[in-house]
Amino acid sequence: MSSGSTNISVENAPALAPKKLTIWPPNPDALLWRIVRPVGMAVLFLTFWGLAVRWSHSDLFPTPGNVARGIVELIQKGLLFKYIVASLFRVSWGFTLAVVIGVPLGLFLGWYSRAFQAFNPLIQIFRPISPIAWIPVAILWFGVSDLAPVFLIFLASVFPIAVASVAAVQNMQLVYLRAAQNFGLSTGELFRQVIFRACLPQIITGIRIALGVAWLVVVAAEMIAVNSGLGYLIIDARNAGKRYDLVVAGMVMIGLIGLILDLLVRQLEKFDEVRWGYAGRRK
Amino acid sequence: MKTAVSIRNVSMSFPGKGRDEQIRVLENVNAQVAEGEFVCIVGPSGCGKSTLLNIVGGFLDATSGEILVEGEPVTGPDPRRIFVFQENGVFPWLNARENVGFGLRKRDQAERDSIIARYIDMVRLTGFENAYPHELSGGMRQRVEIARALAANPDIIYMDEPFGALDFLTRLKMRADLIRIWQSEKKTILFVTHDIEEAVQLADRVLVMSERPATIQEVVDIDLPRPRHLDSPGYLEKRDRIFQAMGISLRVGDSSAA
Repeated sequence: MSSGSTNISVENAPALAPKKLTIWPPNPDALLWRIVRPVGMAVLFLTFWGLAVRWSHSDLFPTPGNVARGIVELIQKGLLFKYIVASLFRVSWGFTLAVVIGVPLGLFLGWYSRAFQAFNPLIQIFRPISPIAWIPVAILWFGVSDLAPVFLIFLASVFPIAVASVAAVQNMQLVYLRAAQNFGLSTGELFRQVIFRACLPQIITGIRIALGVAWLVVVAAEMIAVNSGLGYLIIDARNAGKRYDLVVAGMVMIGLIGLILDLLVRQLEKFDEVRWGYAGRRK
Repeated sequence: MKTAVSIRNVSMSFPGKGRDEQIRVLENVNAQVAEGEFVCIVGPSGCGKSTLLNIVGGFLDATSGEILVEGEPVTGPDPRRIFVFQENGVFPWLNARENVGFGLRKRDQAERDSIIARYIDMVRLTGFENAYPHELSGGMRQRVEIARALAANPDIIYMDEPFGALDFLTRLKMRADLIRIWQSEKKTILFVTHDIEEAVQLADRVLVMSERPATIQEVVDIDLPRPRHLDSPGYLEKRDRIFQAMGISLRVGDSSAA
């Protein structure tokens, strides 16, 4: 209140009172709090990690500080960037191949029910076989080369993509199909302009899942089949002198890059051409 | 007047749950629609009027009987006869302009643009050309679909309860606009609705269907001048006749006539 002599009436009080920037009680939706919550949780996690290592007197398991120094060491040696590029290179090839084959195959099988009848049992048998189980076969076929992990990543990601595409066609709304038929589209136009477009939101969801799986698999594949990449870093650091600081450094990089890849694929869901397919879940 | 659509002895049955069980939906339906005529089909819900329109549109095959359009038997959907769907068939991945232009793939760019602009204006969506369907209201989405149908320049438009999902005021506005467009474009329209008032407001002629297995039990000519007054004696008389044909009492709460 500015002065005691001024009498502010009840009617104009709200208009006169400036909107105060309150700190307490806090507004739980403020941007500040949306940043503070996850950052605070991460700081808490790192603190407990550090304390737990100190209390247990472990001489092998690293503290967050050791890991940070390990990452700096990898950067200085020029290994970190090289390994990240090697892993991303394998994922890019295997994953691109999976999209290029999985999407058309899925659309085809979703549309032609007789082909689906023929192929589906085979797909359902191959699908639950972990890509890790294919490692010996991959080495037999492709040797210790980049082809083996690329093949494993392809196997891991082609099924989620194809299955999502099949389901998308099979669940497509009949009204879009009828409208398309009404306008006299050829089969090619029908696939390109209607079926593919109607299924795209679900295909993108399948692609997101597949990319997550591909990233899981590249690490496993590099532990055995090659001599570069983040998976190789982890297994090599352990074998060559029990450098657990570098093991965890590799794990941290895998997690961070996985997060970035997912954020990138999520950007696809924001295009006007597919946003309708996610209504109610995310705007 | 020349006959545009002729429905000849159409019967339809679907397989039921039991073995050899057949659900008879349509029984020997016969009707004609003249060129440029606005015909409404009314009937109780579930009587098979949408099934009949889907057969006429070429999306379903009748169990027996045939549909002739300008003397030719219908074997499937055709761009000369565009269907407007109850559940809204605009493509959500295309914006309003692209939806309206969907049937114009074979035209050159300049021609397509001028046709799109003309029909966007006709359905009063100017300013919303770049909006996607999920950004539009239900009424606006139906306007896009009507514009898409008109832009393809069909001879006949089939409409399956196109305003069924809209609120009362929007429905009234859409009907007024549809009549205005029909009068300027001179298309033949076959329009299915369960709303008797809607049929009397719109149609030149109303085909009243019976309960399942449905047949056309009465044809009511609505020879009233347009614009129609919803409280004129002529309007009320036509409306009451359809109510009676469908066996519905005009006194709310009276179940004796049902």
